[in-house]
Amino acid sequence: MPDLLSAAIATNRFGLGARPGELAGVAGDPRGWLRAQLRGSAVARPSTELPGSADILRRSMELRQDRAEAKREAAAVAIRLGAYLRPVYIREVEARFEAGLGASQPWLERLTQFWSNHFAVSADKLAVLGLAGAFEREAIRPHVTGRFVDLLRAAVRHPAMLLYLDNHLSIGPNSRLAQLAARRGKREREIGINENLAREILELHTLGVDGGYSQADVTAFAGVISGWSVGGLGPAAGARGPLAAISDEGKGSSGEFVFREWFHEPGAKSMLGRAYRQDGAGQGEAVLADLARSPHTARHIADKLARHFIADEPPASVVTRLSDAYLRSDGDLTAVYRALLDSDAAWQAGPGKYKTPSDYVLSTYRALQLPAESGRRAVLTFDALGQRPFAPGSPAGWPDRAADWDGSSALLKRLEWVDVLAQRVGSACDAATLGPAVLGDALGAATRATVSRAASGTQALTLLLASPEFLRR
Amino acid sequence: MASFNRRRFLRDSLATPALLAAGGLGFSRLALSAPATGEGDRAPRLVLVLLRGALDGLSAVPPYGDPAYAGLRREIALGSPGSTAGALRLDGTFGLHPAMPFLQQSFTAGELTVFHAVATPYRDRSHFDGQDLLENGGLRPHATTTGWLNRALALPNAAASVRRIGARAKSGVALGANVPLVMRGPAEVASWSPSRLAALDDDTLQRLADLYSRDPVLSMRLADALSSDAIASAAQEAVRDQPSSGSNAVRAAPGGARYAEIMRATAGFLTQPDGPRVATLETTGWDTHANEGGSQGQLALRLGALDGGLRALRDALGVAWQQTAVLLVTEFGRTAAVNGTRGTDHGTGAAAFLVGGAVRGGRVVSDWPGLGAGALYEGRDLRPTLDLRAVFKGVLHEHLGVTAVDLQRSVFPDSEAVAPLRDLLRTA
Repeated sequence: MPDLLSAAIATNRFGLGARPGELAGVAGDPRGWLRAQLRGSAVARPSTELPGSADILRRSMELRQDRAEAKREAAAVAIRLGAYLRPVYIREVEARFEAGLGASQPWLERLTQFWSNHFAVSADKLAVLGLAGAFEREAIRPHVTGRFVDLLRAAVRHPAMLLYLDNHLSIGPNSRLAQLAARRGKREREIGINENLAREILELHTLGVDGGYSQADVTAFAGVISGWSVGGLGPAAGARGPLAAISDEGKGSSGEFVFREWFHEPGAKSMLGRAYRQDGAGQGEAVLADLARSPHTARHIADKLARHFIADEPPASVVTRLSDAYLRSDGDLTAVYRALLDSDAAWQAGPGKYKTPSDYVLSTYRALQLPAESGRRAVLTFDALGQRPFAPGSPAGWPDRAADWDGSSALLKRLEWVDVLAQRVGSACDAATLGPAVLGDALGAATRATVSRAASGTQALTLLLASPEFLRR
Repeated sequence: MASFNRRRFLRDSLATPALLAAGGLGFSRLALSAPATGEGDRAPRLVLVLLRGALDGLSAVPPYGDPAYAGLRREIALGSPGSTAGALRLDGTFGLHPAMPFLQQSFTAGELTVFHAVATPYRDRSHFDGQDLLENGGLRPHATTTGWLNRALALPNAAASVRRIGARAKSGVALGANVPLVMRGPAEVASWSPSRLAALDDDTLQRLADLYSRDPVLSMRLADALSSDAIASAAQEAVRDQPSSGSNAVRAAPGGARYAEIMRATAGFLTQPDGPRVATLETTGWDTHANEGGSQGQLALRLGALDGGLRALRDALGVAWQQTAVLLVTEFGRTAAVNGTRGTDHGTGAAAFLVGGAVRGGRVVSDWPGLGAGALYEGRDLRPTLDLRAVFKGVLHEHLGVTAVDLQRSVFPDSEAVAPLRDLLRTA
């Protein structure tokens, strides 16, 4: 028997909102529809016009030209870089918008965005502007249905992350480079460990802020991953001052992860009660593997997933269930997603999560079956509604509670935006038919009545898309 | 005029039972047509202005008396007071940028205190981390998801001093599309920003208010949004009829008209009976890496717009200016020397301003480290000698009555070593 309530939950809570006609196909087996998506892949169809991170970095380095000029004409170089990177960013925004509207596996799309946000890089830093889209395609999508350790490894070794959190500038105090600098009497400030990435991996990506690590663990981990860098950066971006000359050592291929021996803090390290004696990049790999296996990490991931898909404050039993599934499967993400689908809380009707601006725009466009906006307009739209694409502004990513999104000014802007859109669509779309088509049995009697009594077709559409049911998922 | 419709909608809807039920009691307490607060309202007002992008404190408050200043700043150095297009005099060492006559006037009137060579505990040079730390009030970026100003407002005794009792009264308002980190946290705050989107018509709004009546959160948010909008619109209308004084100059500067609009809206909120008494404003564009300019140019235009905006705020606040303190801060300063592109790069020590009728001003508070080669921080930046948290703590304590214990325990954890500055406010 078709279940139009569960179908609405499947498409809205776990997907990007139903397109008209979609619910009927889902209603026969809503859970099965979601489970089937997990057997697919989140890798996007190959896109010829979008450059990869290697291309972007190579071109950026060409634009930087020689080190002397980069130093002398920093502003001119920044303008030139921006002129190249901004169009790349805009094309990425457009591609992502199209992916969201066209997705036939919308749950995988939502999971992709979840993980992109978990491993957040932010395009408000020039070094990330062109790379954020490539990061999602290259580091996140291939691993969405895989094992967490692989996702973690791909994300933190990607150039976008290394550059965003300045790990390419992190130099061990006892590294060969530091020793050389000391012999030459160079100033201290050019050499130093940067804890940025190490701290965020522990706090945001794996163990969580209450995950039982100390400042000493952060410092040790920063030493472990010193030397983790990006190939082909060239001297200008890799190091400052006179030390730049040798920073090209082991530069590897452009845009790829590279281990710079000269930057690395040598020797065994001890962190989180374990000793790591490996040489080179293997030391960091070993730590990542252990972090991925930690019960703290399992708990942190379970909590974030449950919060994202079920409720701002998810039931503890669900979090435990997901965490157990994670540990039992050695971090197989599909097993965790299945546990999520198997929990009753996931299928409870009633007011769910307040949609983020991105979810709201995509579900509205899907409901109205509109083509994607141009990248330039899309940036303006998302920005006006408070969620500039690929730019959460901090490594913590976009927040995930209603209070972060449902401010009064934000609500009014959302209503104004959807009203303008409704006027553009006009009476071409019948709201009374559209309501059940996209919300199924989640559509309440009050909204149904309000829509049917509207003064015009346009107003009816605004009322439907501004209804409590459509604002939430 | 869209704003006018909204106002009318709101006023008319006060009689509508459905909306009253939806919006709660706070709605009927709004007297939208009432003029600025009466003489009886002596509650302190605090406006925090975040200058995002790292304001060049050495141009905004040039230390013209420092022997190293002119040599470091070369083509962007400002002349001594009295010289053509020179700095406006504050004292024998410091001046103000010539684009800021209102601030100089305030200084002379004893309503402006300048803090120089200040910094948060942050010592790196990333905008986003620096701003995060400026707002979270802790020792490192991203340490908390709440801001120090909100934590202060959430304290029961502080809240009582900044707003009167009202079930739905907000203790603070953020002028902006999003509530900035400094204003996020347990205390309920309102937000408002001018919208470039077309306003909804009254009939649709009424129907939405009805539809939301069973949804406590949405109905409250919509009611808040409309009342905020109405207050802001009323504030714009109030000046529309008045003959303009100095505000033409404000409009001429880039973003000047927008400044004036936001400042009038701010005043509208702060003078509303039962309205918020604390506001945050955010401005950007201070990241002057290239072609910063001297007495004229990019930075001069921005400083001029800011100065005009502050004048507009004073004018719009009316008598409430006497209870007001406006604190202007930035995440860090800029390099002591001009760079190769006639601008300045990310630095450390910065300048901050406290202006308002409630301020015990007319002085520059600074343990000036000097700009000599040996004095610079890491050989390049103005060395910070005053923790910005000492200013924050002083203002919160003297102006809003936050106790020393609360400042330590919940507003600025890990700040035991940082004593609040004293005698910042007249009321102290």
